[in-house]
Amino acid sequence: MGPLIPNGMIPIEWDSIIAIFIGIVFGFVLESSGFSSSRKLAGVFYGYDFAVLKVFFTAAAVSVIGLYYMDYLGYLDINQLYVHPTYLWGAIIGGIIMGIGFVAGGFCPGTSLCAVAIGKLDAWVYVAGIMIGVFLFSELYPFFEPIYNGYFLGNVTLIDSFGWNPYWVIFIFSMIAIVAFAISDIVRKKIKSVFY
Amino acid sequence: MKTDSKTNKHVYWNPYYGGFLLGILIIFTFYLTGRGLGASGAMKSSVVTIVDKVAPTHAENNEYYSKFISKDNSPMNTWLVFETLGVLIGAFISGGLAGRIKWRVQHSPKITRKRRLVFALAGGVLFGLGAQIARGCTSGAALSGMAVLSSGGFLTMLAIFGSAYAAAYFFRKNWI
Repeated sequence: MGPLIPNGMIPIEWDSIIAIFIGIVFGFVLESSGFSSSRKLAGVFYGYDFAVLKVFFTAAAVSVIGLYYMDYLGYLDINQLYVHPTYLWGAIIGGIIMGIGFVAGGFCPGTSLCAVAIGKLDAWVYVAGIMIGVFLFSELYPFFEPIYNGYFLGNVTLIDSFGWNPYWVIFIFSMIAIVAFAISDIVRKKIKSVFY
Repeated sequence: MKTDSKTNKHVYWNPYYGGFLLGILIIFTFYLTGRGLGASGAMKSSVVTIVDKVAPTHAENNEYYSKFISKDNSPMNTWLVFETLGVLIGAFISGGLAGRIKWRVQHSPKITRKRRLVFALAGGVLFGLGAQIARGCTSGAALSGMAVLSSGGFLTMLAIFGSAYAAAYFFRKNWI
């Protein structure tokens, strides 16, 4: 029963080795999907290329369906998986700042690494920027501490927060994704295409 | 097999295919390790390491750096740092096979190279700051969070895309 490493089915020494292999596949898939190009990524915000929306939401839907299916079939205990903690205002304010950074810089950290690997100098500068950002946050930590540590709701899922049935949540999420894909195709046809 | 890749540098995978494989990878990652993917964590580890090397006492006295420093373990010895090394290798292989490896600054023909780099730097600073406040970026918080239906993951995802769409108008000259 998974997860395999925390349950001792695979020795912990394999952890770092597995990390590298998972990273290789992650980088390969992102780069092959075109995520090393800031102009392709930014397209989602201007309607000329919806690759980000399609890749991101397909991945989210596939993974959440797969994880709950494996839990249902007994291969995996969903309650043992790490749930990203919810700090209400940290998530919102951090997300808003990241959104502006995304549209200004054209990358997010994972995609900038892919662009770094193929020699995009703007991505090198972007990664330097991220490190400066982390540095600023750490130096000004006392100032950010209230939103960083405050409004902690626990490692909660939508199921805990709202008491919804997970299968309905996943079904509705997938339907929203499919509708969004259809709308994005309609929008893209109406927007003047941008060549890059 | 694609043989004309040298002339077709911008031919990428079908996004649904890429998304499907990425989803499978996330399932596999959770199944093996019980955790999701990440990207900004490795950059945080690098900053902590640099500060710890340059100014050890300062790093120990700072409440944030000191969370990640321990006597017998380097802050670089984390799962995410190894995963990030893999990302660099994987992207290099993919870019190499498609003939996309080249030193260059990619920008819209309407803006200068310098303007692109300034905005890239500013965007990076904001993203780095935001990713610390939200405890994760698009990979660690939003994507891996959504895979286990984390409330925080969904919130962060909505905040990132909401604010990016809201701010897109002000940055339109850089892209279109």
